Amino acid sequence: MNLNDILTGKEDEKLFLLGNEAAVRGAIEAGVKVAATYPGTPSSEIGDVLHCLAKEAGIYFEFSINEKVAMEVAAAAAASGVRSFTFMKHVGLNVASDSLMSAVYTGVRGGMVILVADDPSMFSSQNEQDSRHYARLANLPLLEPSNPQEVKDFMLEAFQISETFEIPVLVRTTTRISHMRGIVQLGPVEKRPEKGFFQKDPKRFVPIPATARVMHQKLVQKIEKITGLVEKSFLNKQCHQDGNVGIIATSSAFNYCIDVIEEDELPLKVLKLGFSYPFPEKTVLNFLNSVERVIVVEEVDPIMEKEILAIIGKYGLNVEVNGKLDGFLPLIYEYTPDIVREAVYNVLGLKMENFLIQESNLPLPNRPPTLCPGCPHRAAYYAVKKAAKDLELSDVIHPTDIGCYTLGVESPYESADYLLSMGSSIGSSCGFSKATDQPVVSFIGDSTFFHAGIPPLINAVHNKNRFVLVILDNRTTAMTGGQPHPGLPIDGLGDLAPEISIEDLVKAIGVSYMKTINPLNIKKSVEIFQEALQDQGVAVVISKYPCVLIKKSQKRGISQLVVTDSCDGCGECLSTLACPALYQADDKIEIDPLLCRKCNVCVQTCPQGAIKGRRTDK
Amino acid sequence: MKIYSIYISGVGGQGIIKTSVVIGEAAMNAGHEVVMSEIHGMAQRGGGVSTELKIGPAHSSIIAEGTADLLISFEPLEALRALPKINKNTHVIMNTAKILPFNIQGSDYPYPPLDDIVGEMKAKSKDVKVLDAVEIANQAGNVLSMNMVMLGVTLTVPGFPLDKERLIESMKANLPEKTIPINMNAFEEGFSKF
Repeated sequence: MNLNDILTGKEDEKLFLLGNEAAVRGAIEAGVKVAATYPGTPSSEIGDVLHCLAKEAGIYFEFSINEKVAMEVAAAAAASGVRSFTFMKHVGLNVASDSLMSAVYTGVRGGMVILVADDPSMFSSQNEQDSRHYARLANLPLLEPSNPQEVKDFMLEAFQISETFEIPVLVRTTTRISHMRGIVQLGPVEKRPEKGFFQKDPKRFVPIPATARVMHQKLVQKIEKITGLVEKSFLNKQCHQDGNVGIIATSSAFNYCIDVIEEDELPLKVLKLGFSYPFPEKTVLNFLNSVERVIVVEEVDPIMEKEILAIIGKYGLNVEVNGKLDGFLPLIYEYTPDIVREAVYNVLGLKMENFLIQESNLPLPNRPPTLCPGCPHRAAYYAVKKAAKDLELSDVIHPTDIGCYTLGVESPYESADYLLSMGSSIGSSCGFSKATDQPVVSFIGDSTFFHAGIPPLINAVHNKNRFVLVILDNRTTAMTGGQPHPGLPIDGLGDLAPEISIEDLVKAIGVSYMKTINPLNIKKSVEIFQEALQDQGVAVVISKYPCVLIKKSQKRGISQLVVTDSCDGCGECLSTLACPALYQADDKIEIDPLLCRKCNVCVQTCPQGAIKGRRTDK
Repeated sequence: MKIYSIYISGVGGQGIIKTSVVIGEAAMNAGHEVVMSEIHGMAQRGGGVSTELKIGPAHSSIIAEGTADLLISFEPLEALRALPKINKNTHVIMNTAKILPFNIQGSDYPYPPLDDIVGEMKAKSKDVKVLDAVEIANQAGNVLSMNMVMLGVTLTVPGFPLDKERLIESMKANLPEKTIPINMNAFEEGFSKF
C-alpha cells in the first residue's frame, strides 16, 4: 500500500490499515479542516501520516509545542465552526486536560474529536493510566473502537455527535487498537467549507464564574440528552444470545471475548459497548435482566464494572458480577486471549483443555532497547560522567526526562535517577538542589524542552537554584519516530518555518552559564561540563548533534573504524560506552562494520589508542 | 476457513513489519479476512520486535499461547523467545544469522550456541526449516533483502494459505520500485531453498 491511498482511496475500496492510519482516513472522510498534536506513542503514526497527507487533503495540520496547545488550536477551530481533530497519548491528555475541562464547558460549533491512545502494559510509557476517567472527569462523550474499521467509522460518528450536541467527543484507543492492522472499507469524503467564522458570544466562550455556572448547568443538560442517544446508538450492540451468563466488553477486550466464544463454541450472551459514556444504563439494565451472571471485560481500571454494580444496586437485581474487583481478571496490564479465556472458563466452571506451554530449556539472555550506535547521547553521558569523576564529585543526582535518552537509565550510563513526566527533569532539579547538597546534572531533549522545559527553567533561575542542565539537542523528536518541533525549520505541513533558537531562549531566561558543545568531541565536552559543574547558578550545556536516524554516517573520507593490534582487550570501551557495534572477540575487541556509524567516540576514549579510522582508498 | 496464525519475530530493523504487511495485504487481496498486530516505539532501538497475523475470521490480532500455525524467526535467539506461541505441529522457519544483544557481555546468560538453539527448536516443532538468510540475501545482491528470502520460504510450508502470485504482487506494491529486482531474487532464492 502507498500512504497516499489513505487520501485518494475511493468509496468502498478496501485498504489494510493500521488503527492510527484509519483514524486519519476517518478525519479526511469527516471533512476535518484543522488537526493538531504533540507526538506520543501509541498515537504517533496519526501525526506522521497527516504530516505527509494534510496539505493535499486540505487540512491545516501542526505539531504543536505540547498537547495543551494542540487542544487549544483544535478547540478554537471548532468554536469557529470547522471540524477539528486533536490526538495524543494518554499522558498527553494530562497536559491538555486544563483546557479540555473548559472546552467541554464552552462547547463547540464545528465537530471536535479528541483521540487518546492508552498504553496498557506500558510498551512505551511511564504509566498505564486509564483515560476513560477523563470522560467522567470532564463530562464528555466517550467512544471505544475495537479495530481499525471501527476507528474510522467511530471517528465519523464522533464528529456527528460532537456537532449535534456542540460538545467535544473523546475516542479512546489502546496500543492494540492503534497498532492493529486490519481491512478497512473506505467511505465517501465529505466536502466542507475551507474556513470558519468565529461568531462572538462571551457568555458562551468566556468561562468566568458568572458564565461558567450557567455553562456547567448546560453541560449537565447536554449529557442528559446524549444519554438518550447512547441508549439507541448502533455502537452498542448485542452479538451473541446464548445461555444465562453474559459478557459486557469493550475495546480490545471485546475481541478476545468474541474469539474465545466463537472458537470454543461457548454459550454466552455478549453486549459490546462502543459508546460507553454517558453509560448506557437502560441498555445495560435490559441486558442484565436477561442473565444470572455477567463478566465485565475491560482493560486497566474496573470502570464499567463499578457502573454495572451501581445499576444492580439501584434496581435491586440479583445478578452476580465477575471481573477485576473479585479477582477473576487482573487489575493491571493489558489482557491477552489466554487471560480472557481462563477467566471465562473459570466463571462458567469449565475445565480448560490442558496443554503444555512450551518454553525454552536454554537460558534466554534478554534484549532490551538501547541507544543506537553513533547516538550522540552516548557521548554526552560519557563526557558528563568523566567530568564529574575528574572533579571528584560524588552522589551526583541525574534527573532525566522523556525521550530516547531515558534509556540512559541502563548500565553503564546510569544517567537517570529521577523521572516524573515531560519537563520534570528541570522542575525536580529545583527541588533536589534546594533539598540536598548533592550536585545535580539533569537531562532533557530538545523537543521535550520546548514542550515543558521553559517554565521550570525560568523557575530555576528566579529561585536561585544551582544545577547543570544538559539539553540533548538531537534536532528531532526522536523516540516517537523523528517528528519536527519548533527548533527546526519545518512545520507540520512540511513547509519552511521559523526556527526557534534554544540558545536565545536560554540566554533570555538569564542563566549564569551557557555553552553549546558537539558531544562527539569528547575532550572539549568534558572541559565544558567541568566548567558548568563549577558554576554557582543554573548552568546550561546544549549538547547539539543530529540523531543518527536522521543523519548519515559521520566522518566523511573514513570508510570504517578498525581495532588495531594494540588492543589489549581491556574492555574499557564495552564497559563505558556499551555501543552495539563493539563486541568482544576472543582476546580483543572488534567493531561490527554494519552497525558502526563512525561517530569516533570509541577512538577518543580507548585507553590504548587502539581504534583507528581507516581512510577510504581513492 | 479456519484461522491461520503467523507469528514473526526478530530484532528491530530487520524488515519484520514490512514482511508482515506484505503477507497481510496479499491475504486481503486473495479475499481472506486478516488482522495483524505490531509494536512500535521503544522496541525499535535494537530491542526485540514481533508481529502477529491471523488470516481468517478472527477479531483479535493476538495469537493465543501454543496456537501459531507458522513461526517465522528472523533471528535465532528470538526463535527461542517465541516458543510459548508454538506447539509441536507449528511449522518453523528460522534464520541462523545471530544478532548479539548489546548487553550480552554483562548478561546473566551467554548467547546459546547455534546448534543448541536449532536442537531446542527441533525438539519443540516437528518441522523446522533452518537457513542463513543473511548469506542468501548477500548473494541475491543486498543484505537488506533478507526479509524477502524468509518470505520466499513461507511458500514451501505445507498449509500456507497464500499463493506465490499474490505474494509477489503484494511485495511489488509495498517495496520501493528500484529494489524490486534484488528483492525478487531474494524471494526466489528463499522459495527454492526447500
